[in-house]
Amino acid sequence: MNTDDNLTQFSVCILEEQTQLSMADLCRACAVHDEQIIALVDAGVLEPQGREPARWIFTGGSLHRAHKALRLQRDLDIDLSGAALALVLLDEIASLRARLRAMGGEY
Amino acid sequence: MEFKDYYKIIGVARDATQDEIKRAYRKLARKYHPDVSKETDAETRFKELGEAYEVLKDAEKRAAYDQLGANWKGGQEFRPPPDWNAGFEFSGGSGGGDAADYSDFFASLFGHDFRASGGGGPSFRATGEDHHAKVLIDLEDTYQGATRTITLRVPGVDAQGHVVTRDRILNVTIPKGIREGQHIRLSGQGSPGAGEGKAGDLYLQIEFRTHPLYRVDGRDLYLDLPVAPWEAALGATVKVPTLGGIVELKIPEGSVSGRKLRLKGRGIPGNPPGDCYVILSIALPPADTEAAKNIYRKMEQELNFNPRTKLGVPK
Repeated sequence: MNTDDNLTQFSVCILEEQTQLSMADLCRACAVHDEQIIALVDAGVLEPQGREPARWIFTGGSLHRAHKALRLQRDLDIDLSGAALALVLLDEIASLRARLRAMGGEY
Repeated sequence: MEFKDYYKIIGVARDATQDEIKRAYRKLARKYHPDVSKETDAETRFKELGEAYEVLKDAEKRAAYDQLGANWKGGQEFRPPPDWNAGFEFSGGSGGGDAADYSDFFASLFGHDFRASGGGGPSFRATGEDHHAKVLIDLEDTYQGATRTITLRVPGVDAQGHVVTRDRILNVTIPKGIREGQHIRLSGQGSPGAGEGKAGDLYLQIEFRTHPLYRVDGRDLYLDLPVAPWEAALGATVKVPTLGGIVELKIPEGSVSGRKLRLKGRGIPGNPPGDCYVILSIALPPADTEAAKNIYRKMEQELNFNPRTKLGVPK
């Protein structure tokens, strides 16, 4: 991270749309073991493609869902199903807020 | 440095029981958790809470903190008295919280050694931490794609062990069609790895600046379009601003206020692209001249119009 770096122009991709992640990628990016990712899939937080864990392919968006679920679990001391429920409700609130905004509401 | 009133932050009395502290902390943690809360200062509040709880949940730290006395006020200039913690034994070790984020006040009382320290040696290898930041862009940026200069404030530790922040400037290409809430990843731009480990990644979460004309829902845009009463009543072709430039829109005869018309594919680009919804709002010409007043009087006389028929009241 020297000053030359600052001048580089970074071309980037949209994580949610242009990225696919394997189990190993996801474990590395979340700094967790396989079992925790499998638990997230079992809880329905993540929905990979592919039959068995070794062949699972995750979308880029999974990364942030996984991070969020793990943070909620750790910071609020709740279990995985609680975190999964919170994620579902948070998604719903976000889409309701977006619709409210589209209708000219405050959020 | 400023004194931190940990009891006030958690919202309990100084003589609160450990259970009361735990309950109050959990309630506030749920409220201010940055993943849950929409409050702008949620992250700061949540960190402050974490720090307060770190001290108050631990009987040893709490007793040492109480020793400072009850007369301090939050924000007051504070310097720890010499040997203030003499006689207290700390078992140390933080509960996995991000101790590096704790305040100078915390560090002056309990030291910096709660920060995790990495092992050394040539074979040691750890992937650097990922960094996350939010970036505000204009709606126009996602329509055309854009290059943005982004300044991130990066905390670090200098040679003397002090926490310092420095500015890091990055030129980032914003991909065309990115939507609010999506993330872009800059590989290898997080913390450097330790040993032979790879550097972490930098994730930027996209947020749109409020646009003066358009509201956004996913890829769709919403625009309020004022029309004259005769344009709505008789139909007209009017000019409408879109992100891609001005287009002509045909207003059907007999349109009413609130009618939604769709400009297909004129929203945020993508596959498929979003649409731009135009919502008609009828603007009344002011009756500020005698001629204008006469037109309204003529309408009153000649049109048998009751705008309140649905309310069941006679004219």
